[in-house]
Amino acid sequence: MKHFNRTVTVLVFIFLYIPMIVLGVASFNSGTDIASFKGFTLGQYVNLFRDRSLLALLGNSLIIAVLSTLIATVMGTMAAVGIHNMNGRLRRAVMALTDIPMTNPDIVTGVALALLFAFTGTMLRINSILGFWTLLIAHITFNLPYVILNVMPKLKQMDRDLVEAALDLGCTPFQAFYKVVIHEIMPGILAGALMAFTMSLDDFVISYFVTGSSFITLPVEIYNYTKKPIPPKIYALFTLMFLVILVLMIAMNLLQLRSSKNARHERVQRRARA
Amino acid sequence: MRNKLLAAPYIVWMALFIVVPLGIVVYYALTDSITGQFTLSNLTGMGAYLSIFLRSIWLSLFAALICLVIGYPVAYFISQCSASRQRFLQMLIMLPMCMSFLLRTLAWVAMLEDTGIFNTFLSHLGIAPLPLIRTSGAVILGMVYNYLPYMILPLLSVMSKLDPRLIEAAADLGCPPSKVFSKVILPLSYPGILSGLTMVFVPAVSTFYISQKLGSTGTTLIGDVIESQFKTAYNPNLGAAMSLVLMILIFACVSIMNRFGESGDEEVMAKV
Repeated sequence: MKHFNRTVTVLVFIFLYIPMIVLGVASFNSGTDIASFKGFTLGQYVNLFRDRSLLALLGNSLIIAVLSTLIATVMGTMAAVGIHNMNGRLRRAVMALTDIPMTNPDIVTGVALALLFAFTGTMLRINSILGFWTLLIAHITFNLPYVILNVMPKLKQMDRDLVEAALDLGCTPFQAFYKVVIHEIMPGILAGALMAFTMSLDDFVISYFVTGSSFITLPVEIYNYTKKPIPPKIYALFTLMFLVILVLMIAMNLLQLRSSKNARHERVQRRARA
Repeated sequence: MRNKLLAAPYIVWMALFIVVPLGIVVYYALTDSITGQFTLSNLTGMGAYLSIFLRSIWLSLFAALICLVIGYPVAYFISQCSASRQRFLQMLIMLPMCMSFLLRTLAWVAMLEDTGIFNTFLSHLGIAPLPLIRTSGAVILGMVYNYLPYMILPLLSVMSKLDPRLIEAAADLGCPPSKVFSKVILPLSYPGILSGLTMVFVPAVSTFYISQKLGSTGTTLIGDVIESQFKTAYNPNLGAAMSLVLMILIFACVSIMNRFGESGDEEVMAKV
């Protein structure tokens, strides 16, 4: 049985990574057709950095991802603390509100926001309301639940006495909040922010409905390749992004590994001392 | 406690950008596209799209079940590895989710095309090219490929918490391995299964990119129809009515699934 599971796992990993390999190989292809390899070249990478059009679009994606993550993290963390202090019915109502964008398919969220913006546009008599601001609002909206769902469990785990101890020891309520509560829930805040950032960077469906031609992100541009030919330098960009994310993830993995090893080491030492 | 007010900006934001837009969707769904009068014709006209609705449900359910069948052994295998190995393998599952799903789908197009990588390979072997792309099979493959991690991660999060002593106890008390699986491991992983099925089904049933790229006119999904109402055909009232039906359909599916088990959605999401 174990043998079977291992075989399936290996096959699934091959399945998951085949398209990555195809795109990686395409980035070194001197021909323009992804399906046939004409010869080795680094030209796509040179093109990517010489003609900065794709990098500019990546920049747009990053601006939206960073801004929406920052705003959603601050607003979401405040909200999580507020919800944590609510009782029964009110709390359930707010959590149900949080669940709506999580359960709704992206296309419905996107369409609903697009209709709202179109409606506001006609009200204010603005011709093209879709662009940077509508995109930012949409990204903040779908990022908020990720922050809240990551912060809430940490608040539940937190020892309530800690805040009281801080107040007894002379902290102002703001200091107690800032020094104790935020410190305790930091891992949840970071996890939520990281998730929001990745969701925002790679979002296509919602962005597609709420942005206009004045501000385009990388995924929206890639979708437009349905109508125009695919520039091969996009494969070079994909390969570079893949490597960056791979390195970041391995680094995070090693850091986690080291911190868990340190913790184990400490525990052993403490036991030895006792 | 005054702290409750900290949630006020969030509640106002969500009311403005989640509740009000859904209200506008309902308003558009119930009004005529030309006269703006109240009408039910957008909703009653939905019968013409019944076959597309059924196809979307059928294809995405099928994709969700395939994800379960191949994702389950993978999640179980990973959960049995040592903690550091588990983290590494989990990272490898999450990595594709961070990369552009549009480009990865385009890579499948390149592989499955009539003159694509697979068919070129087959012709070298002297085998006639197969019609791979523009089929329901290709659409299901695209769904399975894109949403498989959403199945594996919740399963893994449930299974890694599974107490190994329960399995040992069952074995000690005379359960054969097949019974240990059906009586202990499977029931304990129900929350993960339900959560995984939901997380694959919801994006799959509403997709439009996968079916546009890997499918044909014969595999049009509900997402394609909604997208075209907003982007090309420009009939937002019909599009809104379809979004409304899709939303109700999904809420019904999710609440049926949740009824089968107390799934710890919050917890599973936090882990993912």
